[in-house]
Amino acid sequence: MHIIVCIKQVPDSAQIRVHPVTNTIMRQGVPTIINPYDLFALEAALSLRDIVGGEVTVLTMGPPMAEDALRKALTYGADRAVLLTDRFFAGSDTLATSFALSQAICKIAEAFGPPDMVFTGKQTIDGDTAQVGPGIAKRLGLLQLTYVAKIASLNLDAHEITVERRAEGGMQMLKTKFPCLITMLEGTNEIRRGSLDDALRAARSQIVKWSAADAGIEDLSKCGLRGSPTVVKRVFAPASRAVKAVQIDTADKLLRDLADELIAAIFARRPALEHELAFEGA
Amino acid sequence: MSSVNRETPPHGGRAGMKKDLPERFRDYRHVWVFIELERGEVHPVSFELLGEGRKLADKLGVELAGVVLGPTGEASWQAVAQAFAYGADLAYIVESPLLVDYRNEPFTKAMTDLVNSYKPEILLLGATMRGRDLAGSVATTLLTGLTADCTQLDVDPDGSLAATRPTFGGSLLCTIYTLNCRPQMATVRPRVMPLPQREEKPVGRVIQYKLSMLEDEIVTKVLAFLPDTQSVKANLAFADVVVAGGLGLGGAENLQVVTKLARTLGAEYGCSRPLVQKGWMPAERQIGQTGKTIRPKLYIAAGISGAIQHRVGVESADLIVAVNTDPNAPIFDFAHIGITTDAIRFLPALTEAFTRRLSPHSRDKLAS
Ligand SMILES: Cc1cc2nc3c(=O)[nH]c(=O)nc-3n(C[C@H](O)[C@H](O)[C@H](O)COP(=O)(O)OP(=O)(O)OC[C@H]3O[C@@H](n4cnc5c(N)ncnc54)[C@H](O)[C@@H]3O)c2cc1C
Ligand SMILES: Nc1ncnc2c1ncn2[C@@H]1O[C@H](COP(=O)(O)O)[C@@H](O)[C@H]1O
Repeated sequence: MHIIVCIKQVPDSAQIRVHPVTNTIMRQGVPTIINPYDLFALEAALSLRDIVGGEVTVLTMGPPMAEDALRKALTYGADRAVLLTDRFFAGSDTLATSFALSQAICKIAEAFGPPDMVFTGKQTIDGDTAQVGPGIAKRLGLLQLTYVAKIASLNLDAHEITVERRAEGGMQMLKTKFPCLITMLEGTNEIRRGSLDDALRAARSQIVKWSAADAGIEDLSKCGLRGSPTVVKRVFAPASRAVKAVQIDTADKLLRDLADELIAAIFARRPALEHELAFEGA
Repeated sequence: MSSVNRETPPHGGRAGMKKDLPERFRDYRHVWVFIELERGEVHPVSFELLGEGRKLADKLGVELAGVVLGPTGEASWQAVAQAFAYGADLAYIVESPLLVDYRNEPFTKAMTDLVNSYKPEILLLGATMRGRDLAGSVATTLLTGLTADCTQLDVDPDGSLAATRPTFGGSLLCTIYTLNCRPQMATVRPRVMPLPQREEKPVGRVIQYKLSMLEDEIVTKVLAFLPDTQSVKANLAFADVVVAGGLGLGGAENLQVVTKLARTLGAEYGCSRPLVQKGWMPAERQIGQTGKTIRPKLYIAAGISGAIQHRVGVESADLIVAVNTDPNAPIFDFAHIGITTDAIRFLPALTEAFTRRLSPHSRDKLAS
């Protein structure tokens, strides 16, 4: 079985800082990680491979430094890594991203064999749209299973897969045929440590690097900014409220008095709350 | 919104130029809202979107339509009636036994066929699992733009949809336009927009449309549906009082200051995202852009800095109280009452004070 996993390198969000004066994002020195949601997809793919045999190819579109994310994925046990990198991809929105990735998947199919399954994470922590997976599926004409919590069973002969899918208000048990695209739900598994062998192999591995042309993309107007129907017109800081928070003066006060003062301030503004709280607290 | 360097706004010139709209999109008109119907119930996000869609339609001087894709019969027509009650002028209804349970294939087919036939200029969907599953497929099929998880929608003077969402990293928002393509699609999370007033209205116009698909053509089958048991999910989003903790609480062992205060107030409790990432609280307790949006009467935030992704999830609270040691924390920019102090020590005192203040009342109530 050949499984392709799409992963994205993202800045470690917890460490992103905004410049206090210019309101721009300070990227320098911000560490990058594999999008945490994609690790659930990667682990699901690796476990599947371990059971039924085959290969896992990891794919990312990003700047040259995204190679680090791919190498990391190899240390977890992926068999092959493909980096799609080209300045033509800069500024891609979901539509352009799913175009580029689906083209690369076609090229991977040609070079290394057609995939039986494509995995993506539920969403990225930077783009955060949860739309690239469905976009790739549609472009490749693959059936799509989103928010998959568990792969329940696989019938290799019939090409059938049964999954538990998170839905509003419950769990759907779905049966479909593969090839298909699966977006994995978070918290469904935990990425393995990776063996020493894998670590050594990852260090030696050649990462396949493709430009747009290498991936067989002829129509560059579908890529990057040009291929993106959405544009970011304005970036701005949210307005402060007309009045900033009224600060309760804390100087030289006992906690107990402070607490009483705060409660008085709350009820002064929302008198109705006092009754509602009293009632609920009873 | 998904790639590496989208935060840098491109040269303003390209944006929002409706005059460049290709000829074939010129007759795309009206605002549509996808009415999510499952198991006989309409998801409240659909009503919230109708409220928002109403405003957009009025600004554009066009009609607001609800789109119901559902099983044949009663439930789907009920959903149509509800769409009217929440502001729709007309409704499209596709009834079919194939649309009983949500599945990507028939729903995508129904929606894209409808769009191609009746040409809306704006299509809004809830950013629920179902809405996102559908929106991605529909937008890609139609090769149009989609802005996910918007927190504000508006139309600008030339009639383009201005969709605003938090942008990655830090406290910034961005406004996104869909150029040269129609419909302009956006998803919005539940509870971000207020629920509009319900008004029993004489029925509006209904356009019935036939799904041109057979069960045999659909590969994916629903084998079973296992409904969730009672969960905290709904409670947090709809709670009147919410107490939440952030990284400022220092460690999992201090979370009890939050849960105890919440219990005293009969409130729900939640947290900022890092606490979920650290495994201190379950994901369904996360409040913010990628967690729950809440609209309580009282929100108490302890040790939360107030990043934009958190802010958009709590901004609609009637009264926001912030406890933070840093007088310059961004949360004080949008909280109503601030108190610059150590939350770990202050919250227990507050819990006690509330107990003192409230308990005589509750006794009175019980006695009467
Ligand atoms: C795509 C994306 C989506 C996101 N979605 C969400 C989301 O849905 N929800 C969310 O919350 N975040 C979200 N985030 C993360 C967000 O950007 C912030 O990183 C996060 O909200 C910060 O959490 P915090 O305020 O708890 O921690 P910090 O930012 O570390 O703030 C801790 C605060 O505690 C104060 N403090 C320290 N000690 C004490 C004390 N003893 N008593 C009182 N105060 C103290 C500090 O002054 C500080 O202000 C998202 C980020 C991204 C990139
Ligand atoms: N540039 C990229 N390269 C590889 N995979 C990506 C890229 N962007 C998004 N993805 C995949 O698509 C999923 C959803 O992304 P998003 O729509 O940005 O939330 C992610 O979890 C990844 O698996």
